[in-house]
Amino acid sequence: MKSLAELDAIRKSALENMKVRKDNQGFKIVIGMATCGIAAGARPIMNAFVEELNKRSINVPVTMTGCVGVCRLEPMADVIDENGNKTTYIMLTPEKVEKIVQNHIVNGQIVSEYTINSTQAVF
Amino acid sequence: MHIYRSHVLVCAGTGCTSSKSLEIIDRLEKGIIKNKLEHDIQIVKTGCFGLCAEGPIIVVYPEGAMYSHVSVNDVDEIVNEHFVKGRIVKRLLSGSTEGENNSYETADFFKKQKRIALRNCGVINPEVIEEYIAYDGYQALGKVLTEMTPEQVLDVVIDSGLRGRGGAGFPTGKKWLFAAKAAGDKKYVCCNADEGDPGAFMDRSVLEGDPHSVIEAMAIAAYAIGSDQGFIYVRAEYPIAVKRLYIAIDQAKKLGMLGDHIFGTDFSFNLELRLGAGAFVCGEETALMTSIEGKRGEPRPRPPFPANQGLFKKPTILNNVETLANIPVIINKGADWFRAIGTKNSPGTKVFAVGGKINNTGLVEIPMGTTLREVLYDIGGGIPNGKKFKAAQTGGPSGGCIPAEHLDVPIEYETLIELGSMMGSGGLIVMDEDNCMVDIAKFFLEFTVDESCGKCPPCRIGTKRMYEILDRITKGKGEVGDIEKLEELAETIQSAALCGLGKTSSNPVLSTLRYFRHEYEAHIIDKKCPAGVCKELLDYMIIADKCKGCTKCSKVCPSGAISGKIKEPHIIDQSKCIKCGACLDACPFVAIIKK
Repeated sequence: MKSLAELDAIRKSALENMKVRKDNQGFKIVIGMATCGIAAGARPIMNAFVEELNKRSINVPVTMTGCVGVCRLEPMADVIDENGNKTTYIMLTPEKVEKIVQNHIVNGQIVSEYTINSTQAVF
Repeated sequence: MHIYRSHVLVCAGTGCTSSKSLEIIDRLEKGIIKNKLEHDIQIVKTGCFGLCAEGPIIVVYPEGAMYSHVSVNDVDEIVNEHFVKGRIVKRLLSGSTEGENNSYETADFFKKQKRIALRNCGVINPEVIEEYIAYDGYQALGKVLTEMTPEQVLDVVIDSGLRGRGGAGFPTGKKWLFAAKAAGDKKYVCCNADEGDPGAFMDRSVLEGDPHSVIEAMAIAAYAIGSDQGFIYVRAEYPIAVKRLYIAIDQAKKLGMLGDHIFGTDFSFNLELRLGAGAFVCGEETALMTSIEGKRGEPRPRPPFPANQGLFKKPTILNNVETLANIPVIINKGADWFRAIGTKNSPGTKVFAVGGKINNTGLVEIPMGTTLREVLYDIGGGIPNGKKFKAAQTGGPSGGCIPAEHLDVPIEYETLIELGSMMGSGGLIVMDEDNCMVDIAKFFLEFTVDESCGKCPPCRIGTKRMYEILDRITKGKGEVGDIEKLEELAETIQSAALCGLGKTSSNPVLSTLRYFRHEYEAHIIDKKCPAGVCKELLDYMIIADKCKGCTKCSKVCPSGAISGKIKEPHIIDQSKCIKCGACLDACPFVAIIKK
């Protein structure tokens, strides 16, 4: 150990690894992982989220939830921002995930064409 | 760098390890690999969470869900439901967390606690130095070496008012100052990890859960007093603590936290482990140093005090594990921050190992000034089976009992001494109405007799004689005058024994005499044990009205003392009865009583 700066570098990198254990103030991603979601391919979606986040070294907790009742729109995921605003994305594919991470999580722009309120998802 | 979606913290402290947490980890790993989750989920072995009664404990992040009493068979369900499907296994959640809130920090057991010494226990992986660094580890050492003079470090520790957590409560800063002022070319820093009180495991948990905090603190102490060599004296009976200390020292050396030119300065510090063979007396400071020197662990008279002539006759400081664990936080957050916690004369927190007749057996860290009632009922969850609280024993064989009428006294060094007990290292044994206080005093005396090193006669002979008197009393052979003899012996030992352990060895007797004299008198005069513990003073009897003559008691009686015909009341022959209690347990009609 040569300096405080060196220590700080270790601290920051280790902290990034352990961030999932702290109360998270920023974004949170919740993926529907009930039978309907899993059958529709929620697992690869979750993996895609984790991979996309890792690729960009962003630490956002990815958790799971049950069925919200609109099984026909699965795989779905909620992106919850630091103010608690929830955006529900539906009928996800790994390509959509990439765009959501890039636009929504990184740039703060909701990808409106994939959300539950978009035109393709008429109830 | 790979980021995991979820971290699974599994307690690998001694308590949970003995309830198979290592097998659980093994099963978790297999389940995770089977479900191809190895890139999603990381398993982290941690130290003690403190809630040993509910172990083995698993905490899953990001949800913060705490599972308790997990068995190896539950693991697959956790993997399949929680890890794969994201459904928390409600059945296994810790009982003290209710409703939607699964986070363990909000459980009753943790709410009233303030974790300073235990800040990283159950939070980090003790075998990974980076995790300690992530939670501000080695910041204090860096700050001290690069920004502070040794005098400034001493000032902070003195101003913080930190007192020795090993039991006596001597101000830590003062101890360091004496050693800093002492003349000598070589000085030593020692850590007393020879935790020997029956029922105490605070230090073990800190070493197992956060070994680096002790290493960092020792380096800081060394800088403050001008030392370059430290020793940790740890008992060999703590294999997990020893293993993690070796790992931690090795990692600290590799990262340059130990060794030469730490943080690019001229400060050098080396640290070695010394394993104690488990003699209680080696927890006494002079005996501990004698033992490190390679001699038989016996105390030596003070003065000269260790600050002037300690290890190898050089100026030495010796601090307890928990005391040291507080140091890095004090340096980081400042003396004022520390003083604001606890009470005026006893700032900070104290860790207690709570055991005995209490629902939440485990490790708690509370601000000084918390009342015993809060510890036992709010954190400890009360006395099991609706029994009545009788007394709490603090300070192990050097301490005493605190009876129910003093439950609301705030816990700090002075108040406990006024009550005839002492803070001690932190064992807190809870007793209910079924505990006989004479028997408790006898238990601790038996321990002291066993562990007396034999160097000074007051302790070697005195405690033995006291034990014999107590033994006689519990066997119904007590005589009028025994209490006075006990008191006289206790006083003599107190004033004449060589070391701290000897001087305090009669405390358990004195304090039980102070609050429960009537129990001693009942044993001596009435030849009765009010709590129904002392076998020789009990008679087992069958209530004829309740006895249905089922013969179950006579079948289990090992000495053939019970006779009677089927469907007729039975009788116990007192001359044959060995008072084993087997009949009482066997009787389905509660027809057998002991009194």
